[in-house]
Amino acid sequence: MSKENELVNVPHQILEEAYKAGIEADGKNRSGTFFHVNQSTVYSRVNEFFQGKIELMDTKEALKKYSWLGEYMWKLVDKDKDEFTRKVAEDFSGGYFMRIMPSAEIMFPLQSCLLITQKNLEQRVHNIIIAEEGSKAHIITSCVQHSTVPKASHLGISEIYVKKGAMLNFTMIHQWSENTLVRPRSAAEVADKATFVSNYVCMRPVRDVQMYPTAYCNGEGSTVSFNNILYGHRGSLLDIGSKAVLKGKSSKAEMVSRAIAREGSKMIIRGLIDGSSPDCRGHLECRGLLIDDDAFLQSIPELVARKKGVEITHEAAVGKISEKEITYLMTRKLSRDQAVSLIIRGFMDVSILGLPDALKAEIKRIVEASAEAS
Amino acid sequence: MNILEVEDLSVKVEDKLTLKGISFSLKSGESHILFGPNGSGKTTLVGALMGLPQFEITSGKITFMGIDITSKSVEERAKLGMVTSFQNPPEITGVKLADLLKLCLGKSATDAFSEEEKALIEAFRLTEFSNRDINVGFSGGERKRSEVLQSIFLKPKLMLLDEPDSGVDVESLRLIAGEIQRYVERNESSTLIITHKGDILEYVKARYACVLLNGQFHCFTEPMKIYENIKKLGYEECVACSRRVTEGWKFE
Repeated sequence: MSKENELVNVPHQILEEAYKAGIEADGKNRSGTFFHVNQSTVYSRVNEFFQGKIELMDTKEALKKYSWLGEYMWKLVDKDKDEFTRKVAEDFSGGYFMRIMPSAEIMFPLQSCLLITQKNLEQRVHNIIIAEEGSKAHIITSCVQHSTVPKASHLGISEIYVKKGAMLNFTMIHQWSENTLVRPRSAAEVADKATFVSNYVCMRPVRDVQMYPTAYCNGEGSTVSFNNILYGHRGSLLDIGSKAVLKGKSSKAEMVSRAIAREGSKMIIRGLIDGSSPDCRGHLECRGLLIDDDAFLQSIPELVARKKGVEITHEAAVGKISEKEITYLMTRKLSRDQAVSLIIRGFMDVSILGLPDALKAEIKRIVEASAEAS
Repeated sequence: MNILEVEDLSVKVEDKLTLKGISFSLKSGESHILFGPNGSGKTTLVGALMGLPQFEITSGKITFMGIDITSKSVEERAKLGMVTSFQNPPEITGVKLADLLKLCLGKSATDAFSEEEKALIEAFRLTEFSNRDINVGFSGGERKRSEVLQSIFLKPKLMLLDEPDSGVDVESLRLIAGEIQRYVERNESSTLIITHKGDILEYVKARYACVLLNGQFHCFTEPMKIYENIKKLGYEECVACSRRVTEGWKFE
């Protein structure tokens, strides 16, 4: 495994693609940066200012360094879940290990980029994130396939531990290409008074993504939020779910999905909140806009109550853009196309992701650029 | 000079003929008040003038500033200088009030408001709403203030205001009506204001008023006189009175 100290050694073209997916090339406004290209980690560095507060390295290296880390592997995700987990269990090329030290508050986000530049590659990674007690951090992770690569697949296992009183906001941005098969398998464990926010943004066309990340809210007063901003176009198949298992006393789950489907894209948005603590709360919101008749959009919310006192609700709406909204904006001198584009941009509102202002502005830029370009 | 000429206009809403062959004109630089009970066709009239698609014009002609706009789109009418405020404006998720106000002013989202614009937003007590999704969770009064402010920012030649005074408190009414009047005076623009109440007449200087009943114009005189009559005698009596003018507003 080669590891470079300077990002300049990462080809310029790759950095440019990564930038479009939220990766800051110079890493100045990041607490740490991690690059895994094809089957090797090429860059992993913690910003000077955050030394001692964060650990960031390849998972394989971390496994060598820490004997205890073995316990965190395959604890939340079942090795035998499906053919994809079995493949990664068999052999993987690394992945990121991120650890936010106890009580550390990381103002700048940690960034990670998983890249595919090699034709027909099946990238297999295993990521571990540990937010230690009382820590606070934002992570932005981008998965990018170089636009010249015709066909590839990505299998990624992520196991995330949010310990007592910690806050972790994890934003994943996918920029695959029209021939990528993507199978992330993620799960998180949320401890007492801890908060886990999992955001997923997918704006570029992709062949096929199927994922159903799960959060186990085992801790008392633990909270999870799953937020999705999904733009399905050019035949993309997106089957995106989120699952929250509320076991902890007073645990809470919130799920918000905004989906736009057009140009032959097929989207299934699933959500499952399973409440087994008598005072747990959950709410699921899914809104989908169908832009043309060639696309397909399905929302499947599932609510499970196992104890009386469980309070879980959902609201879902799928359909076309409201004519009333379009006309209203046209009375404000907008053309029909401008009105539609404004409604779409507003619909994919990044405010739902709960990000700090600077990061929010960056994600907004990515979302709007993709919406404009299509 | 007349800013608007309407000839023999009939309008259908959901297959029901709501306006039946009405003709009238609106004068440049003047405010016109339109009275009428609920369901009389006032909102239909405003919607048809603006070209909103749910109002189907089955016959007649609308001429705005000398241009036949009968078959023009909402956007074209707006660009020519016509604006309407909505009684029930839609909520649009993720579109911030500030962004819409900037669009009304012809600015892009990255442009800043001028000091004067900021002061007007503040006067309309909308500063704290600028970063909120348009109309989402706005009260009735907040919606009215937002609608009128947007209308003013669009710098129209003709404002069609559908009950800008309903559901607003006394202070807001003074503000909204005062700003409408100020805009009209400064820009020599015209208004057509639908109202049920006389209070707005204290602030908006209007010389002409009319009653719309059962899809037709019925009276044509000073606003306060009509208002007093309606209060005393009701709409039906007002229509039956001696000042009945079947042609409605007609300025030569």
